[in-house]
Amino acid sequence: MTSTAPAPARGEAAGGTAVELRGITKRFPGVVANSDIDISVRVGTVHALVGENGAGKSTLMKILYGMQKPDEGTIAVDGRQVSFSSPGDAIDAGIGMVHQHFMLADNLTVLENVVLGAEPGGFGRLDTGAARRRIKELSDAYGLDVRPDRLVEDLGVGDRQRVEILKVLYRGARILILDEPTAVLVPQEVEELFGNLRGLKAEGITILFISHKLDEVLSVADEITVIRRGTTVATVRPADVTARRLAELMVGGELPSPETRESTVRADQVVLSIEGLSVRSPDGRAVLDDISLRIRAGEVLGIAGVEGNGQAELVEAIMGLRPATGRVRLGDRDLTGLDTRHRREAGIGFIPEDRHRQGLLLEAPLWENRILGHQTQAPNVSGPWIDRGGARADTERIVRDYDVRTPGIDVPASALSGGNQQKLIIGREMSGDPVLLLAAHPTRGVDVGAQAQIWDALRAARADGLAVLLISADLDELIGLSDTIEVILRGRLVGTADPRTVTPEELGSAMTGAGGDTGPGADPDLDDPLPGTAGPGLTGTGTTGTGSPSSDGRDDLDGRGES
Amino acid sequence: MRRFDLQRMGLGLAAPVLALVVALLLSSVALIISRNSPLTTFKSMLDYGVDPGTIVQTLNRSTTYYLSGLAVAIGFRMNLFNIGVDGQYRIAAFFAAVVGGWLVLPGPLLMIVVVLVAVVVGAIWAGIAAVLKATRGVSEVISTIMLNVIGGGIVAYLLDPGRLGTLIGSQQVSTRPMPADAYLPGIPLPGGDVYGFVVVAILCGAAYWVLLSRTRFGFDLRATGLSEPAAVASGVSVKRMVVRTMLLSGGVAGLVGMPLLLGESHAYASDFPAGYGFSGIAIALLGRNHPIGIAIGALLWSFLEQSAQILDLEGVPKEIVTIMQGVTVLSVVIAYELVRRFSLAQEQRRVGAELRAAAPAEEAS
Repeated sequence: MTSTAPAPARGEAAGGTAVELRGITKRFPGVVANSDIDISVRVGTVHALVGENGAGKSTLMKILYGMQKPDEGTIAVDGRQVSFSSPGDAIDAGIGMVHQHFMLADNLTVLENVVLGAEPGGFGRLDTGAARRRIKELSDAYGLDVRPDRLVEDLGVGDRQRVEILKVLYRGARILILDEPTAVLVPQEVEELFGNLRGLKAEGITILFISHKLDEVLSVADEITVIRRGTTVATVRPADVTARRLAELMVGGELPSPETRESTVRADQVVLSIEGLSVRSPDGRAVLDDISLRIRAGEVLGIAGVEGNGQAELVEAIMGLRPATGRVRLGDRDLTGLDTRHRREAGIGFIPEDRHRQGLLLEAPLWENRILGHQTQAPNVSGPWIDRGGARADTERIVRDYDVRTPGIDVPASALSGGNQQKLIIGREMSGDPVLLLAAHPTRGVDVGAQAQIWDALRAARADGLAVLLISADLDELIGLSDTIEVILRGRLVGTADPRTVTPEELGSAMTGAGGDTGPGADPDLDDPLPGTAGPGLTGTGTTGTGSPSSDGRDDLDGRGES
Repeated sequence: MRRFDLQRMGLGLAAPVLALVVALLLSSVALIISRNSPLTTFKSMLDYGVDPGTIVQTLNRSTTYYLSGLAVAIGFRMNLFNIGVDGQYRIAAFFAAVVGGWLVLPGPLLMIVVVLVAVVVGAIWAGIAAVLKATRGVSEVISTIMLNVIGGGIVAYLLDPGRLGTLIGSQQVSTRPMPADAYLPGIPLPGGDVYGFVVVAILCGAAYWVLLSRTRFGFDLRATGLSEPAAVASGVSVKRMVVRTMLLSGGVAGLVGMPLLLGESHAYASDFPAGYGFSGIAIALLGRNHPIGIAIGALLWSFLEQSAQILDLEGVPKEIVTIMQGVTVLSVVIAYELVRRFSLAQEQRRVGAELRAAAPAEEAS
């Protein structure tokens, strides 16, 4: 960690420090989510906060936005020390948050959404005139191009995001927190958003931009703070750093060692074969388009892709959780048309991407969670009856073998830390001798120790001949564990990479569909905030996002297409 | 581990005690506002409530309420709101009474047939809502409420001298009475006979407990109630579970009218009581969907109703009991939620503390 330092030479640019976090520490039962975080953000800059999933970015933002109280440390806004006990306090201090998932009422107009909760007027009367004027002012001042009287349900994703931003500005925010704002946007919209951010910055608004997409961060941020394992490891300027260097800072250079990877692939033994698998979204769009792949015994097939490109749908389609067309075979058996339970019985283990939603019954004790997903299999049941003794004994075994840190098997799953919950899930999914394991983000949000243990468990199972489909947003994990990597983009498999030779940057480029391009970090133009030469995937289709397209039109999308 | 179990038990008791105290206090406030003395009112209710005759009435009503509470609780455990128990038990009791009046069979056999008809009709009536939900996504809350009205209408239409009813006396329309050998004998107590059906109700409670906590079906049902996405990922077919659970709930709902039909009225007349299904909702809430909790809830509910009979004589409006019932449900629900959150947080802290103590080195890294 060469550049471990708080922001260099504070106050060198115009303005002072907008937000200063010192020694922020937040503990949750069994895990430390944040420890000793130091960040200072200068007024009128875009400050990016990068880190892997689970590194502690969102906890930190929740602390800054008053949703959680830090156990230790201080927060200063505009030089004054503050203590927030609710988002209301943060809003009063001029901090606004744009959530990743929009919080808009579809059946209301933009104006109604913006004023919701801060209605002008009094005595039950809504002063729409004043609100409309103010929205117009803000929209013009910051180049947001928001029209107050449109219904939110008619707006596209990019427009909704601008409404969210305007909503926050309307409440007087001078410091904006954007939580993974590009996750839901297509590349052109990303460009427009970045244009908006530059406009806001020019007007003196300070922006905290959370992301794990390095190319975007490098193109839009003035300063970048890297968080790893809950603590700040460096603050750097985009000009001084490459994407490769940032990636190293994010994972701490501890890339899983490739020498453990002597191949265990049993070439003659195909476990999973998929042919022409397609999934359509309710509106008829193909979210998974004609996927074909095979996984052999002892092979880990990694799927690399930006989230939302069909990985989740692929896993769900294989599990039978989502209607799909095409064939899925497990060994000699055709799974097409079987329901989830039968697929599990055929020998599929499933580590879901969201363990709280799909993996656990949080309020049920550990031993009941052991039964979950294996309700028809020994040792949990005998005939129609639950075999409590068998299930409890086997839970004890999992707790022991997978090092699940818990005082007992009668505590509810919610009492365990994320890493221990995940180890329980992995132990459970490995029992009953599965032949195929679908592992979606198996180490997301778990601490270092648990991560290493989970990796070891996956390696051991692979050596025993398990076939694994691995989905991960952590490219180093993908490269370190996989025997083969397939790249998924917009629901299609677009390329194959050899994990022995590929670098995270190459993979990153392929994931965004920019092929060949070797890493945005090497590009000297990046210091210049204008796009055009920005990273792969960001180069839109001819529209640069500055200014606002379509001045009159009812329909933004049309306007954008023509401009 | 032992200490921890004791603490858990303590917390388990804290909620109902807390709730009852709050309910008593709030009821007292209501009494004071209506210019009555809480102490004398409670005392006269208690005195009247422990009278042998009242006890029998209370037990009889509890039997009915218990079945109703069970029927609702089955749905609750899966996050299904069967608001339609009321319609289900009335239409079930009606058809059961019709069959009981027309069919010629030896008494005990007839009783069994009557009960089976009630279960099947109740299940079918609930099944309509289940199929609508599973195939069309119609909320069971809406459909069961509407089916209550439809069921009531059907019964009213058929219970007519020209159709399935007969005129008894000058005003009353009823189904044809069941033969005397199909009267279910009661259990004699000092204050009178308790419905023999109380035995069936107790068996139902035991079956409910076994089904939910010891069987695969019960596990799937509870898992679906705790987290639907997790249940789906574990291989539970939620649609199938919706249908099965609603059928089960409706089947038990069909039993609600049986204590009265077999033990007392022996026919379905136009004054056959309605509203037990709604009491069942409150009782299931009171009993936290636990078979013993529901029993306590049913006893408390009917005790309040029966002991209130004395209040008119004391010059206290009987409606005060409705306030007491409402306040009790509210305070029970709130108290349990408070205790649940408290113990969950407690548990997390405890696990965290134990692990930190076990591995202090781990934390530092």
